[in-house]
Amino acid sequence: MEEDLDFKVNPPWPPSRKWYGLVILGIVVLVILFSTFYAVGPEEVGVIKRFGRYVRMTDPGLHVKIPFAETVTRVKVKRIFKEEFGFRTLRPGVKTLYAPEKWEDESLILTGDLNVAVVEWIVQYKIVDPYNYLFKVRDVQKTIRDMAESAVRLVVGDRSVDEVLTVGRMEVATEAQKKLQEILDFYQTGIKIVTLKLKDVNPPDPVKPSFNEVNEARQDRERFINEAWRAYNKVIPKAKGEAEKIIAEAEGYAINRVNRAKGEAERFLALWSEYKKAPEVTRRRLYLETLAKVLPQVGKVYVVDSEQKTILPLLSLEGEK
Amino acid sequence: MRIEKWVALGVVIIIGLVVLSSALYIVDETQQVVITEFGQPVGKPITRAGLYIKKPFIQKVNYFEKRLLTWDGSPTQIPTGDKKYIWVDTTARWKIVDPLKFLQSVGNERGAHARLDDIIDSATRDRITAYSLYEIVRNSNREFVSTEIFIQKEEEIREVKKGREHISREILKEAAKIVPQYGIELVDVRIKRLNYVEAVREKVYTRMISERKRVAEQYRSEGEGKKAEIEGMREKELQRITSEAYRKAQIIKGEADAEATKIYAQAYSKDPDFYSFLKTLETYEKTLTEKDTLILTTDSEIYRYLKGALPGKKKSE
Repeated sequence: MEEDLDFKVNPPWPPSRKWYGLVILGIVVLVILFSTFYAVGPEEVGVIKRFGRYVRMTDPGLHVKIPFAETVTRVKVKRIFKEEFGFRTLRPGVKTLYAPEKWEDESLILTGDLNVAVVEWIVQYKIVDPYNYLFKVRDVQKTIRDMAESAVRLVVGDRSVDEVLTVGRMEVATEAQKKLQEILDFYQTGIKIVTLKLKDVNPPDPVKPSFNEVNEARQDRERFINEAWRAYNKVIPKAKGEAEKIIAEAEGYAINRVNRAKGEAERFLALWSEYKKAPEVTRRRLYLETLAKVLPQVGKVYVVDSEQKTILPLLSLEGEK
Repeated sequence: MRIEKWVALGVVIIIGLVVLSSALYIVDETQQVVITEFGQPVGKPITRAGLYIKKPFIQKVNYFEKRLLTWDGSPTQIPTGDKKYIWVDTTARWKIVDPLKFLQSVGNERGAHARLDDIIDSATRDRITAYSLYEIVRNSNREFVSTEIFIQKEEEIREVKKGREHISREILKEAAKIVPQYGIELVDVRIKRLNYVEAVREKVYTRMISERKRVAEQYRSEGEGKKAEIEGMREKELQRITSEAYRKAQIIKGEADAEATKIYAQAYSKDPDFYSFLKTLETYEKTLTEKDTLILTTDSEIYRYLKGALPGKKKSE
């Protein structure tokens, strides 16, 4: 302590050999301390090797190991890692920025009907077995990438381009994930695939417009059908109403006709029953009454003697005027 | 004197350390080791991790990977059995299982890669050319699920006999036969990427486009067909409704007419003569207008008194 103070107050320069010794000792102690204690972060485990051989695994916290003989490798077991295929995220965020290049080598996939689809997908994984992860496979990340491509292509290869673009998306993802996990387990990578998700699935750019055309055509079809139904609905209920009207009118006619007939018949019968009592007089009366009504409204009335036989020439003359 | 003692001690320690560091060696979990003495392998390869000792200076430690290793081929253009040119990109996993043989035959990983390039490439070429493209692309005879009604079950309904995984396994089997002589075990070979060569791709695109156009046309024409069908239905329905109404109306009217006729007949048949008399009068009343000229003789009922008011000179009746 005192030396320390001395050193600060009046640093002798060059320092004496005693100081060299102390400094070296201090460094050695520090190195030993650093080599003895180690911390494992909350999302990691520590894998301890003694002279290269695996001995144990430690949880998060501060731990002690044999200095120099034991080394620690930290493996982030809680972290979920992500691999992107067919695209790259430049800067994730609220408005994620994607790399403008197209990774067509990765994303162009032959479909089962020998067409081509552009598939972009992601794989999320975590390390579940740090021992296998460190000691069984050398290039785990590369292996995941290679095998993910292989698995997705295998699954897509068994589906039509149509299926991949529409209904098959989920299925492709699940099946590829299963496949990928199988392969990674077989290699003992110590990796668990958390998820494999298809992002954009598109027809290749040159083909895109024609795919859109199909969509449009499908809508056109709906439109045509709707239009036809609209016209149908516009006409048919009206026609039904009109039919009802015609029938009702006919019924009206029928009622009218029958009622009239009945009425006239009644009238005739009533008249007739009286007529029977005095036919001669009634007959004459009716005749005269009618003539009385008719004569005033007739244009001309000629009265000819019953003995006169030659009225015709005279009449025709009159008629010519 | 004291200084020299220190120096001597220091020298001894340094020499000791050098010797020790040359005698001791660490084998990591990821490694395996072959000890050679002047180039001659000594003893069995060490595959277990830990601290080991050897003769200093004269023995050399040759480290090799124990883990699964990556081999990534470069894409090769291969014609398939049905003469379609495709890029095939394979990837393989291998490991060094006999470090001694490995050391003697290929030396290091780079040497191994060179051999694997040749072996896997030729096996791949061999198998790919033996199969049609659809055998390589597809993996099973799984039936496509289609949302488009119009995608034809085209000629592609060819039976898949082997499928991609099977072909991959064949490549593996063929290549794996050769590699044991290098102390290597080939664990897996997989087709990573498969693509049409540029020229073929263009053609495929053209085909896809024309297929889509066809589908689009079919949708449209189906739409138009359906439309026409509905229009036809509408016309038919319309005709049916109007004609049915007409028929019903006619029946109703006819029945009414019949009924009326019956009523009239029943009534008038009681005295047809009187009826015709009445009806005639009625007709006069209705039909005679001022345009008409009426000629009556003095014989007629109304004018017979014109000649003479005296009765008795009757003519008719």
